[in-house]
Amino acid sequence: MIDMALWIALALFCAAILLNFYRAVVGPSLPDRILAVDTMYMNSIALIVLFGIWVNNKDYFEAALLIAMLGFVSTIAICKYLLRGDIIE
Amino acid sequence: MLETIIEGVIAFMLIAGGAFAFIGSLGLTHLKDFYMRLHGPSKTTTLGVGCTLIGSLIYFSREDGPIIQELLITIFAFITAPVSAHMLAKSALHHKLKPDPRTRGNPVELESEKPKHAVEEAPQGDSPLP
Repeated sequence: MIDMALWIALALFCAAILLNFYRAVVGPSLPDRILAVDTMYMNSIALIVLFGIWVNNKDYFEAALLIAMLGFVSTIAICKYLLRGDIIE
Repeated sequence: MLETIIEGVIAFMLIAGGAFAFIGSLGLTHLKDFYMRLHGPSKTTTLGVGCTLIGSLIYFSREDGPIIQELLITIFAFITAPVSAHMLAKSALHHKLKPDPRTRGNPVELESEKPKHAVEEAPQGDSPLP
């Protein structure tokens, strides 16, 4: 049962990442692209966790934690740059 | 019996997480303007990733006791998603992106152009220049 659910979840997350990639390429404005990349790293966290379930290894959560923290910091840094023209004033 | 129930809960969590994340990305692709598109990823995708992480938490704590580390990523994602959505909305208002006519609300940042033009144009009509 878990194998079937794992394949369905992997397919759904891959389709979600493809949709995010479409928005990041096409996106008419700059905040659209930032939002698409933000969603893409969120989906890749779940993809890494699903891969950890697939190979039955619980060490992959550290990579997911690193991606979560660095993605959040980079999103905030780019938004600050768009807002103020500078990151650390 | 208990094993089957736990496996069912894990499978439900994984499929629910995948479905929520896919619906959020579908909203990101299909909605009209940026202020609508912000809703999908900031709420739905966060819930989907949280569901998947809780499913993984249950999966790995079946054998040797509870494992709390995966809960850390879930809490981190649920804390940081509103903050990044707020910053993205602020930067979109700063860039003055056009809202769709069906988008509700008139934020002050998007309307601040009109009174300035009204003030600038009013003296030009009445100014007694030679």
